[in-house]
Amino acid sequence: MAGIYIHIPYCKQACYYCDFHFSTSQRTLPAMIDAICQELNLQKDYLPGKPSLQSIYFGGGTPSLLSPLHLERILNTIYKLHHVETDAEVTLEANPDDLSLEKLQSFYQLGINRLSIGIQSFQDDVLRQLHRAHSAKQAIEAVRQAQAVGFRHISIDLIYGIPGVSHNRWLKDIEQALALQVGHISAYCLTIEEKTVFGRWYQKGKLTPTDDAVAAAQMALLIERLEAAGFVHYEISNFALPGQFARHNSSYWKQLPYLGVGPAAHSYDGHSRQANIANNALYIKSIAAGKVPAQGEVLSPQDHANELLLTGLRTIWGCSLSRIRQYLTPRQWDGLQQEIARYVAEGYLQLENDTLRLTKKGKFIADSILEALFVVD
Amino acid sequence: MKNIRNFCIIAHIDHGKSTLADRLLEYTQTVDQRKMQAQVLDSMDLERERGITIKSHAIQMKYNYKGETYILNLIDTPGHVDFSYEVSRSIAACEGALLVVDAAQGIEAQTISNLYLAIEHDLEIIPVINKIDLPAANPEVVGDEIIDLIGCKREDIILASAKEGIGIEEILQAVVERIPAPEGDPNAPLQALIFDSVFNPYRGVEVIFRVYNGRIRKGDKVKFWATGREYEVEEVGILRLDKEPRDYIDTGDVGYLVSGIKQAKEVKVGDTITTVSKPCDAPIKGFKEVKPMVFAGIYPVENSEFEDLREAMEKLQLNDAALVWEPETSAALGFGFRCGFLGMLHMEIVQERLEREFDMTVITTVPSVKYHAYTTGGKMIEVSAPSEMPDPAMLDHIEEPFVKVQIITKAEFVGNIMTLCLERRGVLKQQNYLTTDRVELVFEMPLAEIIFDFFDKLKTISRGYASLDYEFLGYRESKLVKLDILLNGERVDALSAIVHRDKAYDWGKRLCEKLKELLPRQQFEIAIQAAIGTKVIARETVKALRKNVLAKCYGGDITRKRKLLEKQKKGKKRMRQIGKVEVPQEAFMAVLKLDQ
Repeated sequence: MAGIYIHIPYCKQACYYCDFHFSTSQRTLPAMIDAICQELNLQKDYLPGKPSLQSIYFGGGTPSLLSPLHLERILNTIYKLHHVETDAEVTLEANPDDLSLEKLQSFYQLGINRLSIGIQSFQDDVLRQLHRAHSAKQAIEAVRQAQAVGFRHISIDLIYGIPGVSHNRWLKDIEQALALQVGHISAYCLTIEEKTVFGRWYQKGKLTPTDDAVAAAQMALLIERLEAAGFVHYEISNFALPGQFARHNSSYWKQLPYLGVGPAAHSYDGHSRQANIANNALYIKSIAAGKVPAQGEVLSPQDHANELLLTGLRTIWGCSLSRIRQYLTPRQWDGLQQEIARYVAEGYLQLENDTLRLTKKGKFIADSILEALFVVD
Repeated sequence: MKNIRNFCIIAHIDHGKSTLADRLLEYTQTVDQRKMQAQVLDSMDLERERGITIKSHAIQMKYNYKGETYILNLIDTPGHVDFSYEVSRSIAACEGALLVVDAAQGIEAQTISNLYLAIEHDLEIIPVINKIDLPAANPEVVGDEIIDLIGCKREDIILASAKEGIGIEEILQAVVERIPAPEGDPNAPLQALIFDSVFNPYRGVEVIFRVYNGRIRKGDKVKFWATGREYEVEEVGILRLDKEPRDYIDTGDVGYLVSGIKQAKEVKVGDTITTVSKPCDAPIKGFKEVKPMVFAGIYPVENSEFEDLREAMEKLQLNDAALVWEPETSAALGFGFRCGFLGMLHMEIVQERLEREFDMTVITTVPSVKYHAYTTGGKMIEVSAPSEMPDPAMLDHIEEPFVKVQIITKAEFVGNIMTLCLERRGVLKQQNYLTTDRVELVFEMPLAEIIFDFFDKLKTISRGYASLDYEFLGYRESKLVKLDILLNGERVDALSAIVHRDKAYDWGKRLCEKLKELLPRQQFEIAIQAAIGTKVIARETVKALRKNVLAKCYGGDITRKRKLLEKQKKGKKRMRQIGKVEVPQEAFMAVLKLDQ
């Protein structure tokens, strides 16, 4: 049980909210494909015990920028080095403006069986506000065309809590998403990150973040509408129809090992986490010299406990207290139990046998609760 | 005795006092280059970091000049108004002073009050213009300033660069030639001035002194005049880089003694040492009992750390004679200590030393002066914390300490300084022009108005060109009230303050606003109220936190998010839970930051 993540660090243009690693110049792209294939070779034994792969995930950046030939090379490299299960989930993140009919058909034929389409909003003025490269119409057409080509697993991304966007308009976005009959929706509350255009505007006082009460109301609206339509709220920002849960992403929340390849990609082998350098040129140079430019850290027992809380509580699977307890001293365990009892009593957490979960109310302030539960010296 | 020279260095922060001292030690081979650590004299880490001298130090150098060996005692002085009494005692132990002025900056006001102190004690002043190697150096103009100020001749001024080693020889020669040798009667009864003490965990307190008359020998039975305590001198010696024992220290010289004194507070700066068998007639003039001026509560963040804090305070007091404390209890903060400090810098230093040397995280409450509250029954109660204030119904009137404040500044800043002092309830008593450009202002003001941020404010509005000195006048009646802060209806005793009635509304409003900024949002609404007695005079609300959850948590977000939450949680460890409300440490000091 393991997965591989491939980071494709290129975008046509910078969205104003995004702080992932990408470049808008594709000059280094051919060399990058070589480097990614080379890193796959260098890291072929990273995952402990040579597990078979359940998932492959192309993220970015914008992986849909890639030509089918490039994708094929990467996929072939993976297939050559690893045993990939026959029903493995192979996801590609895509922007609507890249999804021509021909490209969709090529992707499908290459074995991509899941698309995660970055739609964000179905309203053109909002798309402009976010500096997206596509229109609402293009987004709807992309989904329909992908369905026509045969993709049975389609996820779309939406953003709420955008300054100036009313509850009504947000509701319209939700209804439009449901009307497209996709099986998976990721809905993210806008976070203003420091090193983005929005971040700079915020610092200069040109952008006022949405009040948290407004964002909370939009989140409540989202949960209510999607649950009514049969979706399961299986992670804070993820909703799926039964059978459509994202397998690769779920492995992050279930603490399963994964290998991340490409600049800024992260890996986890069950004991330590590591991250590749977030710089395209330096990444290519180092890989060419035969060295994976990664920095990592071994997780301490305390880190393990905190990560189990952090990832587990965000999901419907919750976290197993007996698993967490293994990592704690008796004193730390006592402290944790006291905090849990307090939040259970206040209705933010629920404890069912060994499993701890957030209640509906708890999901809204998950970070405050996590902070209280965290074990620190 | 004719070959002894006792001198100190008067300089503004950053004008190169410590570098010059280092250079003198190197030149006289008191310290070899190998052992040289920048700023040898500033022995506490805190001093080296802040670039200021907190305690006095002394060191002896040998210097050969024209075939004779001279003993030069360099006595370093603290550089802050909180310690002005200690400065006066160090100066009293000298016959001369090096006035060190930065060649680019010119004379700064902080230098002036110490300079006057030195002139008052008849010290021979040797002016030195330092940093002449700087591109911006302007020794001509700076020289004019010095001549204006002390009336010396231009050729008396030594041009130097301690950094480059220029002028060091000349300075040493001037110390020998211009500073008079000490006077005194070697055959008279012992009379020595204590100007410093150093705590040594193995040997007890080392007393640093200057002998005025007579001689102090190993084995002597000595008496400290002010405390009346008697000791046997186990060891005397001179202060080289390390302490070097001698059989005796003679008239005019500087030395240390060890006699198994366990606590710093037994040794009072300014006290006189004499012998039991043949005491001197009178003590050396100028001794003052140093009294704390500022009081504040110090509490452990965790109640369970109270005993650890007590132990840390006891150890701290061993080498900080000025620190006084006694246990107190606060409804909001539990068990802690009410402490008395010389001033705000002293308070900060104590807090920082607790954190650094003893790894104690503490909460300090709003600083206060000592008030005299008179009850209707005519009884006087000393109040150094708002919680000690008697019930308003029982209260007849309150008196607060007043001080005479002396400010020396440039003429152009007089207007701004007047405004500041009048805001702080000051009354102008004198305005003297020392030169056409230099003005001395004398105010009478309540001490409470100058202990917080007055000095910082003064420096800002005068661009650093103002010196401050103050002396205690006495207690005077004032219209004071106790202002309480309530969080969700609960009175938080640690946030109460005693303020002037006319300022209470403004103060209450601003304090509520400041607390609103400082209190983190929680799952429920927090009402912040300011009240006098039962009357609420200001209110602010911290809205409930409605949503706090990270949108994305994938591969790379996990570590980042975990670390962020861990850091936040550690930050919360410095918070106190009052009722259900979590209050960060800074909130207890919010009062001090009302203007920011």
